Amino acid sequence: MADHLLEVRGLSVDFHTAQGTVHAVRDVHWHLDRGECLAILGESGSGKSVSASAIMNLIDCPPGEIVSGEILFDGRDLLKMSNEDRRQLNGKRIAMIFQDPLSHLNPVYKVGWQIEEIMTAHGTPRDQARARCLELLERVGIPDFANKVDAYPHQFSGGQRQRLMIAMALALKPDILIADEPTTALDVTVQAQILALLDELQQETGMGLLLITHDLGVVAEVADRVVVMNSGQIVETGSASDVYANPRHPYTKKLIGAVPGSGEITAPLDTGITPILEINGLTKHFGAFVALDNASLTVLPGETVAVVGESGSGKSTLAKTLLRLEDATSGEALWQGRDLVTMPPKELFALRRDIQMVFQDPTQSLNPRMTVYDIVSEGFAIHPEILPKAQWKDRVRGLLDQVGLEAGHMHRYPHQFSGGQRQRIAIARALALEPKLIVCDEAVSALDVSIQAQVIDLLTGLQDALGLSYLFIAHDLPLVRDFAHRVVVMQGGRIVEQGPVAQIFDAPRMEYTRNLMAASLHPDPAVQAERRRVRLAMQEAS
Amino acid sequence: MTPTDSKTAPDATPAYISMLRMLWRDKFAFVAAVFLLIVIFFAIFGPMLLEEVATKQNLRGRNAPSFDFSRPWVYWLGADALGRPLLARIIVAAQNTIMVAAGAVFCSLTIGTCLGLIAGYTSRLPSQIIMRLADIIMSFPSLLLAVLVLYMLPPSVFNLVIVLAITRLPVYLRTARAEVLEVRERMFVQAAIVMGASGSRIVFRHILPVILPTVLTIATLDFALVVLVESSLSFLGIGIQPPEITWGLMVSQGRPYLTSAWWLSFWPGLAIVLTTLSLNLLSNWMRTALDPVQRWRLEMRRKKNG
Repeated sequence: MADHLLEVRGLSVDFHTAQGTVHAVRDVHWHLDRGECLAILGESGSGKSVSASAIMNLIDCPPGEIVSGEILFDGRDLLKMSNEDRRQLNGKRIAMIFQDPLSHLNPVYKVGWQIEEIMTAHGTPRDQARARCLELLERVGIPDFANKVDAYPHQFSGGQRQRLMIAMALALKPDILIADEPTTALDVTVQAQILALLDELQQETGMGLLLITHDLGVVAEVADRVVVMNSGQIVETGSASDVYANPRHPYTKKLIGAVPGSGEITAPLDTGITPILEINGLTKHFGAFVALDNASLTVLPGETVAVVGESGSGKSTLAKTLLRLEDATSGEALWQGRDLVTMPPKELFALRRDIQMVFQDPTQSLNPRMTVYDIVSEGFAIHPEILPKAQWKDRVRGLLDQVGLEAGHMHRYPHQFSGGQRQRIAIARALALEPKLIVCDEAVSALDVSIQAQVIDLLTGLQDALGLSYLFIAHDLPLVRDFAHRVVVMQGGRIVEQGPVAQIFDAPRMEYTRNLMAASLHPDPAVQAERRRVRLAMQEAS
Repeated sequence: MTPTDSKTAPDATPAYISMLRMLWRDKFAFVAAVFLLIVIFFAIFGPMLLEEVATKQNLRGRNAPSFDFSRPWVYWLGADALGRPLLARIIVAAQNTIMVAAGAVFCSLTIGTCLGLIAGYTSRLPSQIIMRLADIIMSFPSLLLAVLVLYMLPPSVFNLVIVLAITRLPVYLRTARAEVLEVRERMFVQAAIVMGASGSRIVFRHILPVILPTVLTIATLDFALVVLVESSLSFLGIGIQPPEITWGLMVSQGRPYLTSAWWLSFWPGLAIVLTTLSLNLLSNWMRTALDPVQRWRLEMRRKKNG
């Protein structure tokens, strides 16, 4: 039976928590062959990471308990081996890279030392380790690697740190590389590079690559086969293109259906209307660093303007300056003819009602010690002219209803809700002030794809019903394509291109926009293969 | 994090009943609360009831040992160097001790936390002034400061409270400020700013509830320290003066007899330890009970027990 490199058979893992036993995975079967890339696809809480943790002996027992099953590696059952034997395998034959490379690199050691340590820990002499380390850094594409070997982790960018993690994982030429959401924290262009690197390395070394992801696009880009998981069970297995083209299980169908980027493009609004917001030459300096450089854009009533760009492109600074969380260095932002940037506090206070914000992470943007009722009604307490106190309860009930939450839950605390529900609470809080413009700063990027689609539907519905405008800051291009009327592309603090969605997506004028488009991943493996060809052609041309 | 089911919806029962229920789940905290209630009862009514007995000297019963049950019950813990009953004295001394310690801890907690909130939330200048003030207090040996101040002021409970409060102030101030600096950057504070919340609303509604458990925990730890500092001041002759008594004073009065009559220091010392321990247990419970994310730990036991 040892024909597969790694085989998981009938694995079930329970977690004994205070709320009772959680069946993290139940009776999971899959296998991985040499030179193959298997993707485990699932949303948060689906148990997609648990089997990988079991392979790496990373499950804490208790509270975890491996109830049944075996994990065969080279014909030997990992679960029956001693901890010491498994330590010998980990890192040497089975290596792993994680989502957030910064938290897995020790900040006080030089990166070269950390990569060498993996090798010396498994018995390689130090001088050989150094040579191999330099070789690896060159291979994973760290520029100026001979000097960078003595740099500390914070001196690298996010993408470079992930490259370092890959170098570390490959140090001992493992047979299997497990990548747990390796590109989730990275920009699209960097994501494409890292995935390409993983793909190349796999073909060079012939190792098995186990990729854990929630992103269908990532699956389409690199995976040969895919295992779809939902609430601890495998719902579908098959080749990546097969599963995408003919999903058999309803959950897979739902997942593929929820992926943005395939819907109708919204037609731009009539430009004859007077804009509700007009930003002219807004600039923000942090010391010598120019975070926002001469940005100008307009928002019409009832319009969704998406701001896209990579991290550090100044999109969040734009939002913060607009909401006066940061003071602009120069420029103006006219809100119905009045300048927001220089507005005195009293007027600004009244205007706070008109412009609201929904933040990226609802876990952090909701006060954990306040009930949903307190959170939503706080706006009424701050702006007493909205509503007399006697009606607060009814209005909160109505708002929760409007965002699709049960009104009876208003005395619960935020932690008792799921991520998507929390974002709905945050939206209800913003709506309580009856705003005209809502700034959404990556409001759905922390959510699962299917939840994302629901929240976007909610936002669209609210726009139709209340005539809201959105300034929608995002890095996810397919999402923007479906949702926005107009797109503003930012790079290095500057707006490089703006226009209607159709124009930006079908005929981008700027090189940067084109790169951004080319790097974004499509869930259809066939389309994705075509895109990759185009991207490679672009790289060769430049 | 999974959404917890709350079949036990808090809507139904009034807050104080569910609080009492949660206190009953945590048996240690419950016992602690009962003990503290007894101490508070003695602190209020003790001097009224036992003042006379506690000050009556009985030279024939000097250093009478503990557990002599043939004598009246006030002598069961023994008698001090002048033959005064220890049990009665401990009960009477509760008033001064609790007044000084609780007063000092409460003052330093309130003032320190307020200053810390101001220092953490306002602009540079006020924050700088407050912090340098705290540095000055901290760099000055607290006992020396107390000696200097009490040398000038007449020793009384009120002055003692003020002096002790000032010396303990920086601890709360610095903790509160450090926490505020972290909490004010959190997203929900930014969300409140966007809604137009005033500075005081942000500080008291959003920041204070988050930092309160930390300072309360420090306060309970500080309680024992203040009792002991008070006793050393009394020992130096600038704190509470005999015939007034405190637990700390009783401990130091018993010190010369430690080898021959251990009970002189032991019983008042035990009173200090038990009170502090109870406060600690109770504050530990309170931290859990007041945190909505942790509260299920107390609510869950209910399901298991019944």
